[in-house]
Amino acid sequence: MGYMELDKSRLEEILAKHKLTKADYEHIVQILGREPNLVELGIFSAMWSEHCSYKSSKIYLKGFPTEAPWVVQGPGENAGVIDIGDGMVAVFKMESHNHPSFIEPYQGAATGVGGILRDVFTMGARPVLNLNAIRFADIRGESPKAKLHRHLLSGVVAGIAGYGNCVGVPTIGGETAFEECYKGNILVNAFSLGICRKDEVFYARAEGVGNPVIYVGSKTGRDGLGGAVMSSDSFKEEDEDQRPTVQVGDPFTEKLLMEACLELFKTDYIVGIQDMGAAGLTSSSFEMAGKSGSGLKLYLDKVPMREEGMNPYELMLSESQERMLICAKKGYEDKVIEIFKKYELDAEVIGEVTDSGRVELFWYGEKVADIPVAPITEEAPELCRPVMEPSYLKEIKEVEIPKADPQETFEKLIREPEVVDKSWIYTQYDSMVQTNTADSGRVDGSVIRVKENGKFIGVSTDCNARFCYIDPKKGAVASVLEAGRNVAVKGIEPKAITDCLNFGNPERPEIMWQFKEACEGIKEACQEMTTPVVSGNVSLYNENEGEGVYPTPEIGMVGVGDKWRSSYLKKEGNLVYLLGETKPEFGGSLYLKVIGGKVAGVHPEIDYEKERKLWKILQSDLIESAKDVGVGGIAIALYKWGSVSNKGLSLQVEGLSQPIDIFSESLHRALVEVDPKNREEFEKLLEESGIKWQLVGRVGGDRLEVNGVGIDLQEGRKIYFETFPQLMSSEIL
Amino acid sequence: MKVGMVVFPGTNCDRDTKWAFEKVGAQVEFVWHTDKLKKFDLVVLPGGFSYGDYLRSGAIARFSPVMEEVKKYAQKGGKVLGICNGFQILLESHLLPGAMTRNESLHFISKFHHLKVVNNENQFLSQCEKGEILNIPIAHAEGNYRVDNDTLKEMYDNGQILLKYCDENGEELNPNGSVDAIAGICNKEKNVFGLMPHPERAMDSILGGEDGIKMLKGFFQ
Repeated sequence: MGYMELDKSRLEEILAKHKLTKADYEHIVQILGREPNLVELGIFSAMWSEHCSYKSSKIYLKGFPTEAPWVVQGPGENAGVIDIGDGMVAVFKMESHNHPSFIEPYQGAATGVGGILRDVFTMGARPVLNLNAIRFADIRGESPKAKLHRHLLSGVVAGIAGYGNCVGVPTIGGETAFEECYKGNILVNAFSLGICRKDEVFYARAEGVGNPVIYVGSKTGRDGLGGAVMSSDSFKEEDEDQRPTVQVGDPFTEKLLMEACLELFKTDYIVGIQDMGAAGLTSSSFEMAGKSGSGLKLYLDKVPMREEGMNPYELMLSESQERMLICAKKGYEDKVIEIFKKYELDAEVIGEVTDSGRVELFWYGEKVADIPVAPITEEAPELCRPVMEPSYLKEIKEVEIPKADPQETFEKLIREPEVVDKSWIYTQYDSMVQTNTADSGRVDGSVIRVKENGKFIGVSTDCNARFCYIDPKKGAVASVLEAGRNVAVKGIEPKAITDCLNFGNPERPEIMWQFKEACEGIKEACQEMTTPVVSGNVSLYNENEGEGVYPTPEIGMVGVGDKWRSSYLKKEGNLVYLLGETKPEFGGSLYLKVIGGKVAGVHPEIDYEKERKLWKILQSDLIESAKDVGVGGIAIALYKWGSVSNKGLSLQVEGLSQPIDIFSESLHRALVEVDPKNREEFEKLLEESGIKWQLVGRVGGDRLEVNGVGIDLQEGRKIYFETFPQLMSSEIL
Repeated sequence: MKVGMVVFPGTNCDRDTKWAFEKVGAQVEFVWHTDKLKKFDLVVLPGGFSYGDYLRSGAIARFSPVMEEVKKYAQKGGKVLGICNGFQILLESHLLPGAMTRNESLHFISKFHHLKVVNNENQFLSQCEKGEILNIPIAHAEGNYRVDNDTLKEMYDNGQILLKYCDENGEELNPNGSVDAIAGICNKEKNVFGLMPHPERAMDSILGGEDGIKMLKGFFQ
């Protein structure tokens, strides 16, 4: 074990670089029964990084509801799996690529898409749709910050497009939001969903003594070296020089790798497969051995390398993209390799399965690491970090809601980047490849059809970060409910979620408290709404110079149905109903942010029973189209709805406590369009359901207005469609 | 009708286009880029990112073994249709005149776009009326068609300009900067066709339109 011996005189420095504590080191010594060498230390460092071990978050993730009759696979695999009928399943997950995207937006976002695609096709499923939830600081104006964020937005969008379009997976929706808290730490959350037969799902396993371990895909280089450790770090001024830790993506290779893997899955040549994502060869080998309780021998000199002079340490920690580790059945090596050769990809047998329960690494015959598998995962540090309710919460509760002129307010809100149409972004994404896209998310959720069984899958990503800031628990609940509503308005029943929990530095008790609260919220909401959590991802250390981002638990909702409806208003003269109750609730609202300049106040009330009733009514065939009422309230909902439909709406809402309530963000509401011939039947349904409702007008006319506040339809559309492209045509950097 | 669907590494509309041709009653067989070309009634080069679009769209695919065979097939009068990246490959292979540059906006553009049928005196558009307006998705970053003036004039004279981008009323609306808003062309012999829009993406109402059907049906005669 002479290779890459630790220089004990520099131990402290080496541990610091690997983000390990002295206690961690002693723990490693105890596990190994000796001092580790540098390779082994690197492996422990990666496996015990926040990114791989979830050491800070694990205790709060444990109670997530993960079961329902339709859940095939919950958290713990590369992605979650739900039944979508007729022997088919949907495989999905969401993951963050925040830190790399801030350093290098194009590659950061692109490799985020690449990573989430591999998580899905590793499970045997062909990815059929992508979504992206991206968050920046305000992009308006000529400040260096605004220019930087236009640059970041441009780069992120181009990166998502560059990767997803090339691989041929449609990007059909997502979410874009702007808050100053993201100025030093943008959020890029990528969601992917795939389809396959239920009996053809593959898992990360390496078992059967003597079975060969095959490396396939791109060659290993030095890119992304230590990325998992990096992403568990907050940004500091000098971090500009972290550029080499950002991986570089090659969507062409990904496409070949995907086709080769999907072809391989049709055979019975393999036992298991695992993507080499964060912490590369380290995490994939330990996870595959760990899940089967077996051992592995890997001959690292056999790994295809991109450059000369690489060493075992680098090979184990590189995060080069587009690579997979396969455990094949003995005797089928050549057949597996043949498939990858067809696609001109590297494929090498680099090791074999043993029953030692250890991962043993060799380098030209010399053993360079020998680590027992079970302890590195089972004994990974599990922290119970201190939590403390942040003091700001008390300060922001009491806030006076300014009473602005509703018309002036309306004219401000309809120009907010958060509100206006984002086709500048969406049209850069190929949303129609695969010929299944029914609805690519102009408003609310998105929908694809499944050719294999005739079903429709509705998806949405949502998080109201302002709500989460003023009340992390209720905000997380509201995010789950909004994501569900955005699927329900499409006439599709929400079924399960994946989440991407973006928070600040967990070493700060206030941040850990926010995290704990948000997890409680997700647990409660998913339990109440019967939408279990089947996969997810945690991203911590989203801070810049001591300032945390708003708690941002992004929710990816997936629903399945036999039918769907578009959100476009269908016919002039149709009736418009407001479902749900509007109260003067302005805590965390867009109104308060824009008019009052504050993100503060008390979170809107939550009533699960009302939300369940609403989701149920939204499934009714009597509804022609429906629109979620969320950010900006009724006024903004009708503005978006009428603008995308190119139809007027003049609504009269009764029973409001004050004129500005048209901007209130009370939960559990939707606007629906119903043909007059179904009036009686629909109103009977509403009465029976017991929810509050009122008839507020008809489709038609040349205005977009509520209670006399509004704008001419065509002028409104101009603002809706032209504001964002104008913003983005301003100078960047 | 037997259709050969050529698949290069990085082609990603092969399965879509197969589905679309089968929907209108064709038998479709994939042809991997190193395979031999069998006897087909139509050879299709579908869209995607052959070789990752590295270097330039279609620039590497043109050297694929199968392209030698496609050339011979076309020279003997065999019918060839190139969609999007397939069109770019036909240009790079000189089976069609002209070249593609980046979209004027420098962005990838994906959306439904209206097209006007300029000429229907060819098999591809034989099911469409001259002047008819179709609504078909586009999805490309390099769709800015360029050709020298003399060739362009010749192409007009020979009826080789097939489709132009327009708005819903047929007025010129150019999404990418193409010369004369050209979206689709054919060769002088009218057996090699290329267009940037994706007819296979407009095959049923769920997808937002069915105008692609009559395009593909043109080959069934």
